[in-house]
Amino acid sequence: MKICVLVKQVPDAAVDKRIDPATGRLDRSGEANLNPYDTHAIEAAMQIREGGVTPVEEIVAVTMGPAGSERALHKAVSLGADRSIHLSDDALAGSDVAATGYSLAKVLESENPDLVLLGQQSDDGECYTIGAVVADHLQMPSLTQVVKMDLADKVATCERQAEYGYDTVAVELPAVISVGDAINEPRYPSLKAIMGAKKKPLDVKAAADVGIDAGKVGVDGSQVSCGDFKAPPSKESGRIIEDEDTNETVAEIVAWLEERKLIA
Amino acid sequence: MSSVLVYALHKDGVINKNSLGAISEGTRVAGELGGQCDVVVVGGADLTDETLAALGNYGASKVYKVDGPEGLSQPVIDAMAQLIKTNGYSNALFGGGLLGFEIGAGLAARLEAGVTMEVTAIRVENGKAVAERPILQDSQISTSTYRGDVGIIIGRINAFEVKETGGTAAVEQLPVDFSPFSLKAKMVTRGEQRGADVNIEDASVLVAGGRGLGEAEGFKMCDDLAEVLGGAVAATRAVVDAGWFPYAGQIGQTGRAVAPKLYFAAGISGAIQHKVGMQGSENIIAINKDSNAPIFEFSDLGIVGDLNKILPKLTEALAAKKAG
Repeated sequence: MKICVLVKQVPDAAVDKRIDPATGRLDRSGEANLNPYDTHAIEAAMQIREGGVTPVEEIVAVTMGPAGSERALHKAVSLGADRSIHLSDDALAGSDVAATGYSLAKVLESENPDLVLLGQQSDDGECYTIGAVVADHLQMPSLTQVVKMDLADKVATCERQAEYGYDTVAVELPAVISVGDAINEPRYPSLKAIMGAKKKPLDVKAAADVGIDAGKVGVDGSQVSCGDFKAPPSKESGRIIEDEDTNETVAEIVAWLEERKLIA
Repeated sequence: MSSVLVYALHKDGVINKNSLGAISEGTRVAGELGGQCDVVVVGGADLTDETLAALGNYGASKVYKVDGPEGLSQPVIDAMAQLIKTNGYSNALFGGGLLGFEIGAGLAARLEAGVTMEVTAIRVENGKAVAERPILQDSQISTSTYRGDVGIIIGRINAFEVKETGGTAAVEQLPVDFSPFSLKAKMVTRGEQRGADVNIEDASVLVAGGRGLGEAEGFKMCDDLAEVLGGAVAATRAVVDAGWFPYAGQIGQTGRAVAPKLYFAAGISGAIQHKVGMQGSENIIAINKDSNAPIFEFSDLGIVGDLNKILPKLTEALAAKKAG
Protein backbone atom coordinates (compact mmCIF):
# COMPACT_ATOMS: atom_id res chain seq x y z
CA MET A 1 0.00 0.00 0.00
CA LYS A 2 0.87 3.64 -0.31
CA ILE A 3 0.91 5.97 2.69
CA CYS A 4 0.87 9.75 2.40
CA VAL A 5 1.92 11.72 5.47
CA LEU A 6 0.85 15.36 5.72
CA VAL A 7 3.51 17.52 7.31
CA LYS A 8 3.98 21.18 8.04
CA GLN A 9 6.85 23.52 8.60
CA VAL A 10 6.40 25.59 11.75
CA PRO A 11 8.45 28.21 13.56
CA ASP A 12 10.94 26.57 15.89
CA ALA A 13 9.52 26.02 19.38
CA ALA A 14 12.28 28.16 20.86
CA VAL A 15 11.24 31.17 18.74
CA ASP A 16 8.69 33.58 20.19
CA LYS A 17 5.67 33.39 17.91
CA ARG A 18 3.97 36.60 16.88
CA ILE A 19 1.23 37.81 14.58
CA ASP A 20 2.34 40.17 11.84
CA PRO A 21 0.04 43.17 12.41
CA ALA A 22 0.13 44.08 8.70
CA THR A 23 -1.25 40.76 7.42
CA GLY A 24 -2.95 39.24 10.47
CA ARG A 25 -0.98 36.07 9.86
CA LEU A 26 1.66 34.28 11.85
CA ASP A 27 5.10 35.76 11.26
CA ARG A 28 6.93 32.78 9.75
CA SER A 29 10.29 34.45 9.30
CA GLY A 30 13.20 33.10 11.31
CA GLU A 31 14.09 29.55 12.28
CA ALA A 32 11.68 26.91 11.10
CA ASN A 33 11.39 23.19 11.59
CA LEU A 34 9.15 20.18 10.98
CA ASN A 35 6.08 20.34 13.20
CA PRO A 36 7.06 18.03 16.09
CA TYR A 37 3.60 16.38 16.10
CA ASP A 38 4.15 15.27 12.49
CA THR A 39 7.14 13.13 13.43
CA HIS A 40 4.68 10.77 15.18
CA ALA A 41 2.75 10.33 11.92
CA ILE A 42 5.94 9.50 10.00
CA GLU A 43 6.97 7.09 12.73
CA ALA A 44 3.53 5.42 12.56
CA ALA A 45 4.01 4.94 8.80
CA MET A 46 7.48 3.47 9.37
CA GLN A 47 6.17 1.07 11.99
CA ILE A 48 3.52 -0.21 9.55
CA ARG A 49 6.26 -0.74 6.95
CA GLU A 50 8.62 -2.42 9.41
CA GLY A 51 5.83 -4.42 11.07
CA GLY A 52 5.72 -6.63 7.98
CA VAL A 53 1.98 -7.46 8.19
CA THR A 54 1.00 -4.96 5.50
CA PRO A 55 3.53 -4.38 2.73
CA VAL A 56 4.16 -0.66 2.21
CA GLU A 57 5.41 0.24 -1.26
CA GLU A 58 5.80 3.91 -0.66
CA ILE A 59 5.68 6.60 2.03
CA VAL A 60 5.20 10.09 0.60
CA ALA A 61 5.52 13.28 2.66
CA VAL A 62 3.24 16.10 1.50
CA THR A 63 3.32 19.71 2.59
CA MET A 64 1.75 22.99 1.60
CA GLY A 65 3.67 26.12 2.41
CA PRO A 66 5.80 28.97 1.15
CA ALA A 67 9.21 28.53 -0.49
CA GLY A 68 11.61 27.29 2.14
CA SER A 69 9.27 24.56 3.39
CA GLU A 70 11.64 22.01 1.82
CA ARG A 71 13.40 21.98 5.16
CA ALA A 72 10.45 20.18 6.77
CA LEU A 73 10.27 17.76 3.82
CA HIS A 74 13.98 16.93 4.10
CA LYS A 75 13.44 16.17 7.75
CA ALA A 76 10.42 14.00 6.91
CA VAL A 77 12.46 12.09 4.34
CA SER A 78 15.34 11.66 6.78
CA LEU A 79 12.83 10.05 9.16
CA GLY A 80 11.73 7.51 6.57
CA ALA A 81 9.61 8.97 3.75
CA ASP A 82 10.68 7.82 0.27
CA ARG A 83 9.91 11.05 -1.53
CA SER A 84 8.07 14.30 -0.95
CA ILE A 85 5.71 16.79 -2.55
CA HIS A 86 5.73 20.51 -1.92
CA LEU A 87 2.55 22.34 -2.87
CA SER A 88 3.70 25.91 -3.20
CA ASP A 89 1.86 28.76 -4.82
CA ASP A 90 1.45 32.44 -3.94
CA ALA A 91 -2.26 32.01 -4.60
CA LEU A 92 -2.49 29.73 -1.54
CA ALA A 93 -1.07 32.23 0.96
CA GLY A 94 -3.53 33.17 3.68
CA SER A 95 -5.76 30.11 3.19
CA ASP A 96 -7.91 29.22 6.21
CA VAL A 97 -8.27 25.70 7.60
CA ALA A 98 -10.99 24.72 5.13
CA ALA A 99 -9.06 26.07 2.11
CA THR A 100 -5.82 24.44 3.27
CA GLY A 101 -7.57 21.09 3.71
CA TYR A 102 -9.15 21.41 0.27
CA SER A 103 -5.76 22.15 -1.33
CA LEU A 104 -4.04 19.22 0.40
CA ALA A 105 -6.92 16.95 -0.64
CA LYS A 106 -6.32 17.92 -4.27
CA VAL A 107 -2.66 16.86 -3.99
CA LEU A 108 -3.70 13.60 -2.34
CA GLU A 109 -6.25 12.90 -5.09
CA SER A 110 -3.42 12.83 -7.60
CA GLU A 111 -1.48 10.39 -5.38
CA ASN A 112 -4.36 8.04 -4.62
CA PRO A 113 -3.07 6.77 -1.25
CA ASP A 114 -4.47 3.85 0.79
CA LEU A 115 -3.78 5.67 4.02
CA VAL A 116 -3.28 9.33 4.88
CA LEU A 117 -1.56 10.01 8.20
CA LEU A 118 -1.05 13.30 9.98
CA GLY A 119 -0.13 14.65 13.41
CA GLN A 120 -2.75 15.62 15.96
CA GLN A 121 -2.11 19.34 15.66
CA SER A 122 0.36 21.83 14.36
CA ASP A 123 2.69 23.49 16.79
CA ASP A 124 1.77 26.95 15.55
CA GLY A 125 -1.88 27.33 14.58
CA GLU A 126 -3.15 24.75 17.09
CA CYS A 127 -5.73 23.38 14.66
CA TYR A 128 -6.76 19.81 15.34
CA THR A 129 -9.01 19.67 12.39
CA ILE A 130 -7.23 19.51 9.06
CA GLY A 131 -7.65 15.72 8.86
CA ALA A 132 -11.43 15.96 9.02
CA VAL A 133 -11.45 18.55 6.22
CA VAL A 134 -9.19 16.46 3.99
CA ALA A 135 -11.25 13.30 4.64
CA ASP A 136 -14.52 14.93 3.62
CA HIS A 137 -13.04 16.11 0.32
CA LEU A 138 -11.55 12.69 -0.37
CA GLN A 139 -14.78 10.99 0.77
CA MET A 140 -12.85 8.77 3.13
CA PRO A 141 -13.61 7.75 6.70
CA SER A 142 -11.50 9.58 9.26
CA LEU A 143 -10.52 9.59 12.90
CA THR A 144 -8.35 12.00 14.90
CA GLN A 145 -6.17 11.73 18.03
CA VAL A 146 -5.49 8.03 17.53
CA VAL A 147 -3.06 6.62 20.13
CA LYS A 148 -3.00 2.97 19.00
CA MET A 149 -3.47 1.61 15.50
CA ASP A 150 -3.45 -2.00 14.24
CA LEU A 151 -3.70 -2.64 10.53
CA ALA A 152 -5.07 -5.88 9.11
CA ASP A 153 -7.12 -6.78 6.03
CA LYS A 154 -7.57 -3.16 4.96
CA VAL A 155 -9.05 -2.20 8.32
CA ALA A 156 -7.28 0.05 10.82
CA THR A 157 -8.41 -0.72 14.35
CA CYS A 158 -7.81 2.51 16.21
CA GLU A 159 -7.98 3.54 19.83
CA ARG A 160 -8.33 7.03 21.11
CA GLN A 161 -9.53 9.01 24.07
CA ALA A 162 -12.79 10.80 23.52
CA GLU A 163 -15.23 12.53 25.85
CA TYR A 164 -16.31 9.47 27.80
CA GLY A 165 -13.17 7.34 27.94
CA TYR A 166 -11.33 5.19 25.41
CA ASP A 167 -13.05 4.47 22.09
CA THR A 168 -12.03 1.63 19.79
CA VAL A 169 -13.04 2.27 16.18
CA ALA A 170 -12.58 0.02 13.15
CA VAL A 171 -11.84 2.21 10.13
CA GLU A 172 -11.99 0.77 6.62
CA LEU A 173 -9.18 1.88 4.28
CA PRO A 174 -8.59 4.10 2.40
CA ALA A 175 -8.83 6.47 5.36
CA VAL A 176 -7.44 9.64 6.91
CA ILE A 177 -6.03 9.09 10.40
CA SER A 178 -4.53 11.75 12.61
CA VAL A 179 -2.34 10.33 15.34
CA GLY A 180 -1.80 11.59 18.88
CA ASP A 181 1.67 12.07 20.30
CA ALA A 182 1.20 9.08 22.63
CA ILE A 183 1.10 6.64 19.69
CA ASN A 184 4.88 6.17 19.52
CA GLU A 185 8.31 7.58 20.29
CA PRO A 186 9.66 8.94 17.01
CA ARG A 187 13.16 7.82 16.10
CA TYR A 188 16.06 10.16 15.52
CA PRO A 189 17.29 10.25 11.94
CA SER A 190 20.71 8.75 11.32
CA LEU A 191 23.46 11.02 10.02
CA LYS A 192 23.39 9.01 6.78
CA ALA A 193 19.65 9.59 6.40
CA ILE A 194 20.07 13.32 7.02
CA MET A 195 22.82 13.53 4.42
CA GLY A 196 20.82 11.46 1.93
CA ALA A 197 17.53 13.34 2.38
CA LYS A 198 18.31 16.03 -0.17
CA LYS A 199 18.93 13.40 -2.85
CA LYS A 200 15.44 11.87 -2.57
CA PRO A 201 12.83 13.07 -5.12
CA LEU A 202 11.03 16.28 -4.17
CA ASP A 203 8.25 17.46 -6.49
CA VAL A 204 7.22 21.08 -6.34
CA LYS A 205 3.67 21.58 -7.51
CA ALA A 206 1.68 24.73 -8.19
CA ALA A 207 -2.04 25.01 -7.47
CA ALA A 208 -2.98 24.50 -11.12
CA ASP A 209 -0.85 21.32 -11.37
CA VAL A 210 -3.22 19.48 -9.03
CA GLY A 211 -6.42 21.13 -10.24
CA ILE A 212 -7.00 23.51 -7.34
CA ASP A 213 -9.77 26.02 -8.03
CA ALA A 214 -8.04 29.36 -7.36
CA GLY A 215 -11.34 30.87 -6.25
CA LYS A 216 -11.49 28.54 -3.26
CA VAL A 217 -8.08 29.29 -1.75
CA GLY A 218 -5.93 32.11 -0.45
CA VAL A 219 -7.19 35.14 1.41
CA ASP A 220 -10.02 35.80 -1.03
CA GLY A 221 -11.15 32.20 -1.28
CA SER A 222 -11.24 31.63 2.46
CA GLN A 223 -14.61 31.83 4.18
CA VAL A 224 -13.30 33.07 7.48
CA SER A 225 -10.93 35.89 8.19
CA CYS A 226 -9.08 36.56 11.41
CA GLY A 227 -8.28 39.99 12.64
CA ASP A 228 -8.87 42.54 15.35
CA PHE A 229 -6.14 41.02 17.50
CA LYS A 230 -6.14 42.02 21.13
CA ALA A 231 -4.57 40.98 24.39
CA PRO A 232 -6.62 38.71 26.65
CA PRO A 233 -7.87 40.08 29.97
CA SER A 234 -4.70 40.26 31.99
CA LYS A 235 -4.24 38.01 34.94
CA GLU A 236 -1.91 39.20 37.64
CA SER A 237 1.25 37.25 37.01
CA GLY A 238 2.25 34.85 39.75
CA ARG A 239 5.44 34.75 41.73
CA ILE A 240 8.30 32.67 40.33
CA ILE A 241 10.98 31.11 42.52
CA GLU A 242 14.14 29.67 40.99
CA ASP A 243 15.12 26.78 43.20
CA GLU A 244 18.68 27.35 44.38
CA ASP A 245 18.51 26.34 48.02
CA THR A 246 15.80 23.69 48.27
CA ASN A 247 15.30 24.15 52.03
CA GLU A 248 14.63 27.83 51.43
CA THR A 249 12.31 27.07 48.50
CA VAL A 250 10.33 24.61 50.61
CA ALA A 251 10.04 27.16 53.43
CA GLU A 252 8.66 29.69 50.94
CA ILE A 253 6.10 27.23 49.59
CA VAL A 254 4.97 26.34 53.12
CA ALA A 255 4.64 30.03 54.02
CA TRP A 256 2.66 30.67 50.83
CA LEU A 257 0.29 27.79 51.61
CA GLU A 258 -0.12 28.93 55.20
CA GLU A 259 -0.90 32.47 54.17
CA ARG A 260 -3.78 31.14 52.05
CA LYS A 261 -4.90 28.68 54.73
CA LEU A 262 -4.33 25.73 52.44
CA ILE A 263 -2.65 23.47 54.95
CA ALA A 264 -5.07 20.94 56.33
CA MET B 1 -33.05 32.89 8.16
CA SER B 2 -30.54 33.57 10.89
CA SER B 3 -30.96 30.61 13.14
CA VAL B 4 -28.39 28.47 14.94
CA LEU B 5 -28.03 24.69 14.77
CA VAL B 6 -26.31 22.97 17.71
CA TYR B 7 -25.01 19.40 17.78
CA ALA B 8 -25.65 17.72 21.13
CA LEU B 9 -23.22 15.01 22.22
CA HIS B 10 -24.63 12.23 24.38
CA LYS B 11 -23.98 8.83 25.87
CA ASP B 12 -26.26 6.39 27.67
CA GLY B 13 -29.21 8.68 27.00
CA VAL B 14 -27.68 11.68 28.78
CA ILE B 15 -26.79 14.91 26.99
CA ASN B 16 -23.26 16.23 27.59
CA LYS B 17 -22.90 19.31 29.78
CA ASN B 18 -20.80 21.14 27.20
CA SER B 19 -23.55 20.61 24.66
CA LEU B 20 -26.10 22.08 27.09
CA GLY B 21 -23.82 25.12 27.36
CA ALA B 22 -23.72 25.33 23.56
CA ILE B 23 -27.53 25.21 23.41
CA SER B 24 -27.76 28.05 25.95
CA GLU B 25 -25.21 30.08 23.99
CA GLY B 26 -26.81 29.21 20.65
CA THR B 27 -30.15 30.41 21.99
CA ARG B 28 -28.66 33.71 23.11
CA VAL B 29 -26.92 34.25 19.75
CA ALA B 30 -30.00 33.20 17.76
CA GLY B 31 -32.05 35.67 19.79
CA GLU B 32 -29.75 38.49 18.75
CA LEU B 33 -29.81 37.32 15.13
CA GLY B 34 -33.59 37.20 15.16
CA GLY B 35 -33.91 33.43 14.73
CA GLN B 36 -34.15 30.31 16.83
CA CYS B 37 -31.81 27.64 18.17
CA ASP B 38 -32.40 24.07 17.00
CA VAL B 39 -30.56 20.95 18.07
CA VAL B 40 -29.58 17.75 16.28
CA VAL B 41 -28.74 14.40 17.88
CA VAL B 42 -27.61 11.24 16.14
CA GLY B 43 -27.99 8.03 18.08
CA GLY B 44 -29.99 5.08 19.21
CA ALA B 45 -33.04 4.23 21.25
CA ASP B 46 -31.64 5.35 24.61
CA LEU B 47 -32.42 8.94 23.64
CA THR B 48 -36.04 9.32 24.68
CA ASP B 49 -38.34 12.01 23.32
CA GLU B 50 -38.70 13.16 26.91
CA THR B 51 -34.93 13.79 27.26
CA LEU B 52 -34.89 15.63 23.96
CA ALA B 53 -37.98 17.75 24.66
CA ALA B 54 -36.30 18.80 27.92
CA LEU B 55 -33.59 20.57 25.88
CA GLY B 56 -36.19 23.33 25.59
CA ASN B 57 -35.22 24.15 29.17
CA TYR B 58 -31.91 25.46 27.77
CA GLY B 59 -33.59 27.37 24.96
CA ALA B 60 -33.86 24.86 22.11
CA SER B 61 -36.89 25.36 19.84
CA LYS B 62 -36.71 22.14 17.88
CA VAL B 63 -34.73 18.94 18.33
CA TYR B 64 -34.05 16.76 15.29
CA LYS B 65 -33.51 13.14 16.16
CA VAL B 66 -31.57 11.05 13.67
CA ASP B 67 -31.21 7.28 13.98
CA GLY B 68 -27.57 6.39 13.39
CA PRO B 69 -24.25 5.36 14.84
CA GLU B 70 -23.20 7.18 18.01
CA GLY B 71 -19.87 8.74 18.86
CA LEU B 72 -18.60 9.11 15.27
CA SER B 73 -18.32 12.38 13.39
CA GLN B 74 -19.18 11.65 9.78
CA PRO B 75 -22.82 10.55 10.18
CA VAL B 76 -23.41 13.79 12.11
CA ILE B 77 -21.81 15.80 9.29
CA ASP B 78 -24.33 14.24 6.87
CA ALA B 79 -27.25 15.10 9.16
CA MET B 80 -26.15 18.68 9.81
CA ALA B 81 -25.32 19.37 6.15
CA GLN B 82 -28.80 18.16 5.19
CA LEU B 83 -30.49 20.33 7.84
CA ILE B 84 -28.47 23.42 6.95
CA LYS B 85 -29.28 22.98 3.25
CA THR B 86 -33.02 22.61 3.90
CA ASN B 87 -33.51 25.05 6.79
CA GLY B 88 -30.76 27.57 6.01
CA TYR B 89 -29.08 28.08 9.39
CA SER B 90 -26.57 30.91 9.59
CA ASN B 91 -24.42 29.17 12.18
CA ALA B 92 -23.54 25.69 13.40
CA LEU B 93 -22.33 25.57 16.98
CA PHE B 94 -20.48 22.92 19.01
CA GLY B 95 -19.69 22.81 22.70
CA GLY B 96 -16.16 21.62 22.08
CA GLY B 97 -14.53 18.28 22.62
CA LEU B 98 -13.01 15.90 20.14
CA LEU B 99 -16.17 15.05 18.24
CA GLY B 100 -17.17 18.70 17.94
CA PHE B 101 -13.82 19.49 16.31
CA GLU B 102 -14.18 16.65 13.83
CA ILE B 103 -17.79 17.37 12.91
CA GLY B 104 -17.27 21.13 12.65
CA ALA B 105 -14.22 20.78 10.39
CA GLY B 106 -15.82 18.13 8.18
CA LEU B 107 -18.95 20.25 7.89
CA ALA B 108 -16.83 23.24 6.82
CA ALA B 109 -15.39 21.11 4.01
CA ARG B 110 -18.83 19.82 2.97
CA LEU B 111 -20.49 23.25 2.92
CA GLU B 112 -17.40 25.23 1.86
CA ALA B 113 -17.93 27.31 4.95
CA GLY B 114 -15.60 28.99 7.43
CA VAL B 115 -14.80 27.33 10.75
CA THR B 116 -13.24 28.62 13.97
CA MET B 117 -12.24 26.38 16.85
CA GLU B 118 -11.44 26.96 20.54
CA VAL B 119 -13.94 29.82 20.57
CA THR B 120 -14.44 31.46 23.97
CA ALA B 121 -16.94 34.20 23.08
CA ILE B 122 -19.49 34.96 20.36
CA ARG B 123 -20.79 38.41 19.45
CA VAL B 124 -23.29 39.60 16.89
CA GLU B 125 -22.04 42.41 14.65
CA ASN B 126 -23.95 43.79 11.64
CA GLY B 127 -26.42 40.95 11.83
CA LYS B 128 -23.75 38.23 11.76
CA ALA B 129 -22.09 36.16 14.45
CA VAL B 130 -18.36 36.74 14.98
CA ALA B 131 -16.23 34.47 17.12
CA GLU B 132 -13.37 35.23 19.49
CA ARG B 133 -10.60 32.71 19.82
CA PRO B 134 -7.47 32.80 21.99
CA ILE B 135 -4.33 31.98 19.97
CA LEU B 136 -0.61 31.45 20.48
CA GLN B 137 -0.90 29.80 23.91
CA ASP B 138 -3.65 32.24 24.90
CA SER B 139 -1.33 35.23 24.55
CA GLN B 140 -3.70 36.97 22.11
CA ILE B 141 -7.34 36.88 21.10
CA SER B 142 -8.26 36.83 17.43
CA THR B 143 -11.70 37.62 16.02
CA SER B 144 -13.14 35.50 13.21
CA THR B 145 -15.60 36.99 10.78
CA TYR B 146 -17.42 34.77 8.33
CA ARG B 147 -17.88 35.51 4.65
CA GLY B 148 -20.34 32.99 3.34
CA ASP B 149 -23.88 32.09 4.36
CA VAL B 150 -22.81 29.70 7.12
CA GLY B 151 -20.31 30.22 9.95
CA ILE B 152 -19.18 27.21 11.97
CA ILE B 153 -18.21 27.81 15.58
CA ILE B 154 -16.53 25.19 17.78
CA GLY B 155 -16.39 26.31 21.39
CA ARG B 156 -13.61 25.68 23.81
CA ILE B 157 -14.61 23.18 26.45
CA ASN B 158 -16.48 24.83 29.37
CA ALA B 159 -16.58 28.14 27.48
CA PHE B 160 -20.37 28.44 27.41
CA GLU B 161 -22.44 28.68 30.54
CA VAL B 162 -25.43 26.37 30.97
CA LYS B 163 -28.56 28.47 31.54
CA GLU B 164 -31.95 27.02 32.39
CA THR B 165 -34.76 29.08 30.95
CA GLY B 166 -37.70 26.69 31.23
CA GLY B 167 -39.61 25.44 28.22
CA THR B 168 -40.06 22.37 26.07
CA ALA B 169 -38.66 21.71 22.60
CA ALA B 170 -40.54 20.09 19.73
CA VAL B 171 -38.97 16.76 18.79
CA GLU B 172 -38.92 15.62 15.18
CA GLN B 173 -37.56 12.39 13.73
CA LEU B 174 -35.34 13.18 10.75
CA PRO B 175 -34.47 10.60 8.10
CA VAL B 176 -30.93 11.04 6.76
CA ASP B 177 -29.25 9.26 3.85
CA PHE B 178 -25.74 8.74 5.14
CA SER B 179 -22.85 9.03 2.67
CA PRO B 180 -21.31 5.61 1.98
CA PHE B 181 -17.95 6.71 3.42
CA SER B 182 -19.64 7.91 6.61
CA LEU B 183 -20.44 4.34 7.53
CA LYS B 184 -16.93 2.98 6.93
CA ALA B 185 -15.81 3.76 10.47
CA LYS B 186 -17.49 1.52 13.03
CA MET B 187 -17.51 1.92 16.79
CA VAL B 188 -16.22 -1.26 18.44
CA THR B 189 -16.30 -0.07 22.07
CA ARG B 190 -17.14 3.41 23.29
CA GLY B 191 -16.13 5.20 26.46
CA GLU B 192 -14.09 2.40 27.99
CA GLN B 193 -12.73 3.25 31.45
CA ARG B 194 -9.19 2.04 32.02
CA GLY B 195 -7.50 1.62 35.36
CA ALA B 196 -8.82 2.13 38.87
CA ASP B 197 -11.63 4.51 39.69
CA VAL B 198 -10.37 7.65 41.37
CA ASN B 199 -12.50 10.55 42.50
CA ILE B 200 -10.91 13.89 41.73
CA GLU B 201 -13.95 16.07 41.26
CA ASP B 202 -14.82 16.40 44.95
CA ALA B 203 -11.26 17.03 46.22
CA SER B 204 -10.48 20.51 47.50
CA VAL B 205 -6.76 19.88 47.00
CA LEU B 206 -5.35 18.15 43.93
CA VAL B 207 -1.77 17.14 43.30
CA ALA B 208 -1.46 16.49 39.57
CA GLY B 209 1.46 14.78 37.90
CA GLY B 210 2.72 15.08 34.33
CA ARG B 211 5.50 13.74 32.14
CA GLY B 212 8.04 15.62 34.22
CA LEU B 213 7.67 12.94 36.91
CA GLY B 214 9.87 10.85 34.64
CA GLU B 215 8.27 7.48 35.33
CA ALA B 216 5.12 5.89 36.76
CA GLU B 217 6.87 5.46 40.12
CA GLY B 218 7.15 9.26 40.30
CA PHE B 219 3.48 9.34 41.32
CA LYS B 220 4.55 8.05 44.75
CA MET B 221 5.82 11.59 45.44
CA CYS B 222 2.42 12.99 44.44
CA ASP B 223 0.62 10.44 46.63
CA ASP B 224 2.72 11.42 49.64
CA LEU B 225 2.22 15.14 49.12
CA ALA B 226 -1.53 14.70 48.52
CA GLU B 227 -1.86 12.72 51.71
CA VAL B 228 -0.25 15.36 53.87
CA LEU B 229 -2.28 18.10 52.15
CA GLY B 230 -5.49 16.11 52.56
CA GLY B 231 -6.08 15.93 48.83
CA ALA B 232 -6.28 13.57 45.88
CA VAL B 233 -3.94 12.81 42.97
CA ALA B 234 -4.70 13.57 39.33
CA ALA B 235 -2.79 13.41 36.03
CA THR B 236 -2.34 14.77 32.51
CA ARG B 237 -3.42 13.00 29.34
CA ALA B 238 0.19 12.24 28.40
CA VAL B 239 0.83 10.11 31.48
CA VAL B 240 -2.60 8.45 31.33
CA ASP B 241 -1.92 7.45 27.72
CA ALA B 242 1.49 6.18 28.87
CA GLY B 243 -0.28 3.96 31.40
CA TRP B 244 1.19 5.67 34.48
CA PHE B 245 -2.17 6.69 35.95
CA PRO B 246 -5.82 5.62 35.60
CA TYR B 247 -8.05 7.40 33.12
CA ALA B 248 -10.55 8.44 35.80
CA GLY B 249 -7.91 10.80 37.23
CA GLN B 250 -7.23 12.66 34.01
CA ILE B 251 -7.66 16.43 33.85
CA GLY B 252 -8.19 18.37 30.65
CA GLN B 253 -9.96 18.56 27.33
CA THR B 254 -10.78 14.85 27.10
CA GLY B 255 -10.71 14.22 30.84
CA ARG B 256 -12.40 15.97 33.71
CA ALA B 257 -12.62 19.65 34.50
CA VAL B 258 -11.83 20.56 38.09
CA ALA B 259 -11.72 23.71 40.20
CA PRO B 260 -10.21 22.84 43.61
CA LYS B 261 -9.02 25.32 46.23
CA LEU B 262 -5.44 24.25 45.56
CA TYR B 263 -4.04 22.74 42.36
CA PHE B 264 -0.47 21.53 42.68
CA ALA B 265 1.03 20.78 39.26
CA ALA B 266 4.11 18.58 39.37
CA GLY B 267 6.06 18.22 36.13
CA ILE B 268 3.22 19.54 33.97
CA SER B 269 4.07 21.82 31.06
CA GLY B 270 0.58 23.34 30.89
CA ALA B 271 -0.61 22.73 27.33
CA ILE B 272 -3.94 24.35 26.44
CA GLN B 273 -5.67 20.95 26.50
CA HIS B 274 -4.66 20.62 30.16
CA LYS B 275 -5.28 24.25 31.06
CA VAL B 276 -8.95 24.15 30.03
CA GLY B 277 -9.54 21.44 32.61
CA MET B 278 -8.03 23.22 35.62
CA GLN B 279 -7.82 26.98 35.03
CA GLY B 280 -10.78 27.57 37.36
CA SER B 281 -8.70 26.40 40.36
CA GLU B 282 -8.47 28.99 43.15
CA ASN B 283 -4.74 28.65 43.81
CA ILE B 284 -2.27 27.10 41.38
CA ILE B 285 1.29 26.05 42.26
CA ALA B 286 3.53 24.59 39.59
CA ILE B 287 6.92 22.91 39.76
CA ASN B 288 8.74 22.42 36.48
CA LYS B 289 12.39 22.33 35.53
CA ASP B 290 11.74 24.28 32.32
CA SER B 291 11.39 27.98 33.09
CA ASN B 292 9.65 28.49 29.72
CA ALA B 293 6.84 26.02 30.51
CA PRO B 294 3.47 27.65 29.71
CA ILE B 295 2.09 26.58 33.10
CA PHE B 296 4.07 29.39 34.76
CA GLU B 297 1.95 31.89 32.83
CA PHE B 298 -1.16 30.92 34.76
CA SER B 299 0.30 29.80 38.08
CA ASP B 300 0.02 31.83 41.26
CA LEU B 301 3.27 30.38 42.50
CA GLY B 302 5.81 28.88 40.10
CA ILE B 303 8.87 26.94 41.18
CA VAL B 304 11.59 26.40 38.59
CA GLY B 305 13.50 23.38 39.81
CA ASP B 306 13.84 19.62 40.14
CA LEU B 307 10.67 18.10 41.58
CA ASN B 308 12.59 15.02 42.72
CA LYS B 309 14.45 17.26 45.14
CA ILE B 310 11.61 19.58 46.12
CA LEU B 311 8.56 17.33 46.52
CA PRO B 312 9.96 14.93 49.18
CA LYS B 313 11.32 17.84 51.23
CA LEU B 314 8.05 19.72 50.95
CA THR B 315 6.07 16.67 52.06
CA GLU B 316 8.44 16.22 54.97
CA ALA B 317 8.15 19.88 56.02
CA LEU B 318 4.34 19.80 55.83
CA ALA B 319 4.22 16.54 57.81
CA ALA B 320 6.49 18.04 60.48
CA LYS B 321 4.25 21.10 60.66
CA LYS B 322 1.16 18.94 61.14
CA ALA B 323 2.84 16.92 63.85
CA GLY B 324 3.23 20.25 65.58
